Amino acid sequence: MTVPSGRNLPQPTPETAAYWEGCRQGKLLIQRCDSCGHYQFYPRILCTDCMSTQVEWIQASGRGEVISFTIVRHAVSEAYAADVPYVIALIKLDEGPTMMSNVIDCDPEHVRIGMPVEVVFETWSEDFTVPKFSARD
Amino acid sequence: MNSLRGKVAIVGAADTKVGRVPHFSATQLCVDAARRVLEDAGISKEQVDGLVTGNSMVEPYMYHAEAIAEYLQIFPRYCVSIGAGGGTTFSAVHHAAAAIANGVCETVLIAMADNLLTGFSREQAMATQSSVGHAQFETPYGPTVPALYALIAQAHMATYGTTPEQLASIAVVCRKHAALNPEAQKQEPISVRDVLDSRMIADPLHLLDCSLVSDGGAAIILTSAERAIDFPHHPIYLLGAGEGHGHEHISQAHSLTTSAAVESGRRAYATAGLGPRDIDLAQLYDCFTPTVLIELEDLGFCEKGEAGAFVEAGQIELGGQLPVNTHGGMLSHCHSGNPGSMFALTESVKQLRHKAGNRQVADAEIALAHAQGGVMSSHATLILGREAGE
Repeated sequence: MTVPSGRNLPQPTPETAAYWEGCRQGKLLIQRCDSCGHYQFYPRILCTDCMSTQVEWIQASGRGEVISFTIVRHAVSEAYAADVPYVIALIKLDEGPTMMSNVIDCDPEHVRIGMPVEVVFETWSEDFTVPKFSARD
Repeated sequence: MNSLRGKVAIVGAADTKVGRVPHFSATQLCVDAARRVLEDAGISKEQVDGLVTGNSMVEPYMYHAEAIAEYLQIFPRYCVSIGAGGGTTFSAVHHAAAAIANGVCETVLIAMADNLLTGFSREQAMATQSSVGHAQFETPYGPTVPALYALIAQAHMATYGTTPEQLASIAVVCRKHAALNPEAQKQEPISVRDVLDSRMIADPLHLLDCSLVSDGGAAIILTSAERAIDFPHHPIYLLGAGEGHGHEHISQAHSLTTSAAVESGRRAYATAGLGPRDIDLAQLYDCFTPTVLIELEDLGFCEKGEAGAFVEAGQIELGGQLPVNTHGGMLSHCHSGNPGSMFALTESVKQLRHKAGNRQVADAEIALAHAQGGVMSSHATLILGREAGE
């Protein structure tokens, strides 16, 4: 798909580069602590549970559920105007962490709290692929 | 820990003109607020030895407090600019009070202003809105500020059965109070139907569930309780202050329906030795209607999940169990960005001085003011009283 310019493009940092590279390869990567087993998102240099620096990347199942959402009727900027109405949602992944995303490929009016979703990847450019979610059975 | 209770008092409080103030820049509004509050407190600028400000979004400075001190040609020994979003104002009071109680300085001027209505260029407004949220993990998805707050409202509705009508009734009450305030930006009455019929911005938030965009500034002067009795107005004592900080980004919140207002409130009540039942009126942060709902619950004015019914029963109106946002709040009086909650503070002072005109809460002795910044991220609660207590 063609993505209009002017979108809020993520700028990867040393601790998030692997995450964005994972998205480019169609994998949703989150972190798991080697010491205590805690899963976390977004990526950090240490475990927020036990402060261990032994955190490793794992591929998440990509499955989760909508814990809240809204339908945006007035876009944040011109670049998003063509998407209106679009869904901003908080997705609780099966592994535990919560992330923000869009729920796509369905009528926004059909999105519900508790709805099971799974990750789909939307390519914005050669460098950027963004994880979004769609309904699953 | 030394208690702050009754150690400091507000001896000056003033607002600039609010609403549409095109002839003033953000800096000029801040300085105008300072000028007015010095007049209200009856002191000269040379008597100020502490200055606390919050940066302007329209006209930011690298070192905002220093820039305002330089403009006014005052030379404080305590000079700091605080940035905690909408919670900045009450954090500023908390920090300034601690500085006075510890002998760092004696008389602190707190001044905040911005002019988002007439000063912001379209580009600045878009850039600011686009920058709210985590730069890598939220903003790419295109959330607006109302959308971020809508996530909280949807969760509250799904969990507790809160209705759009209940949210709307908060906006209606604020407008009703604003109609009694000749300074308020919006004074014409609205109904629940008007709110529900206004344009949907981000479900369930309609245009009239969202606060105003305004120009305006306000300032207070804080000094020790010992010195406070020498000023022209009845001093208004700081009885309690507390903060709570839960997250910056809403996607990292541990709960969408319970906020760190629980902690900030508990800390403020503990300092004051008071509880929710002792409060005569409250000024609650109303950038969007659902924040008021959650604050009513988290600050202990009703049980979790019951704020919808509480507001629908008229309890937050003048004459109700707990009058809220007696000046009209940011929904109807003025929301000039981070300084928006300063007006909640100056209104609390007016109410406790018993100078609030036809919106006066009869015999008001104790007021609570709460503000939050970010997206229900950083919370600050103040409890103010006419008497210092023992």
